[in-house]
Amino acid sequence: MKELLIIAIGSAMVNNVVLSQFLGLCPFFGVSKKIDTASGMSAAVIFVITLSSFVASLIYKFILVPADVTYLQTIVFILVIAALVQFVEMFLKKAMPPLYQSLGVYLPLITTNCAVLGVALTNVQKEYGVLTSTINGLATALGFGVAIIILAGLREKMETNDIPKAFQGFPHVLLTACLMAIAFFGFSGMI
Amino acid sequence: MQKNTPAERLYNGIIAENPTFSLMLGMCPTLAVTTSGINGIGMGLTTTVILTASNMLISMLRKVIPDKVRVPAFIVVVASFVTIVQFLLEGFIPSLNAALGIYIPLIVVNCIILGRAESYASKNKVIPSIFDGIGMGLGFTVSITILGLIREFIGAGTLFNVDILGGVGYEPVSIFILAPGAFLVLAFLAAFLNKFNLGAAKRGIDPSNPTTCGEGCSSCGNIMCKGRSGK
Repeated sequence: MKELLIIAIGSAMVNNVVLSQFLGLCPFFGVSKKIDTASGMSAAVIFVITLSSFVASLIYKFILVPADVTYLQTIVFILVIAALVQFVEMFLKKAMPPLYQSLGVYLPLITTNCAVLGVALTNVQKEYGVLTSTINGLATALGFGVAIIILAGLREKMETNDIPKAFQGFPHVLLTACLMAIAFFGFSGMI
Repeated sequence: MQKNTPAERLYNGIIAENPTFSLMLGMCPTLAVTTSGINGIGMGLTTTVILTASNMLISMLRKVIPDKVRVPAFIVVVASFVTIVQFLLEGFIPSLNAALGIYIPLIVVNCIILGRAESYASKNKVIPSIFDGIGMGLGFTVSITILGLIREFIGAGTLFNVDILGGVGYEPVSIFILAPGAFLVLAFLAAFLNKFNLGAAKRGIDPSNPTTCGEGCSSCGNIMCKGRSGK
């Protein structure tokens, strides 16, 4: 139990997926203009990453390892993720229309979010079991959510700021991310 | 210059539509592996090989792959090449493999590769597609090597592992080779491009042009794009 908690805090805060591992930067910069879209995106990411790390580790443990084809992991994982996203989208559309309304637009974009594949591969690399992989996936996705919502909040505040012309647009968002990364460095003493 | 000739493709990839500085694609490896010049070159050349091979195969298969399943088909092609290259690196350059780690399998989801497959290789003949891959790959290599060299120079006082500033008593600013440094250096590079009206700022990327927008606006990290401003 204690071990799981340490892994979870480590993935969510200390080795934050965006700010220290640089995974999932595209949605981090692209969908962080407003808090509500950022929270929609992070909800979708939490959902998909948790589910995909569970499914990917099941497949790895019960299909790839017994068949001795672990070298196929990259191909298999990316296809599993793409299929899973498609499936989740169809399921939500049918079963939970309100949730689909709020998450729908973000779901297809998640296939190309490198954090999803990144977590699945990290789980294999660190030889996590199925339960640990799922917890690690959930924690990583929560870390993504925290980072993107903080960035969106900051960007909303900065909207009316007087920014030098050269720094408008992409550069000042990068600078904000830089300061956030320094702040998240503070967690590194925790574990 | 005549369109779709090898030379034009190389110029286009390295200068005119440089994937990092002009299109702002492939940000994850750009920031993650550029802790030194060597890593930048290694990642860039690995990506170039995969991009060229996948462009070639996708261009050969462009009439065979049905339109509806093209994206999964492209992903399988790219993932196969990534797996092959990963094995080669493990066998022949283990030090590079260790330095790049998880970012090698993650080349699969590098948007430059899928972007080129979708917008160029699936619509053009084999030879121009190969040169498009080489050009885009070299453009990527050049820009991430520059980024890596800047970070290495300030953060460790070396260039390609050769000690430059150690002799004059320079105290390395190690934050530049840590995570925040990546954001900082890229922020200033982007601001520099903005200031002199180069790169994406000048091009004012056209959202209707699929070269720059493979997956539509919301998946795209390019916040300099004019198509986003209204949203």
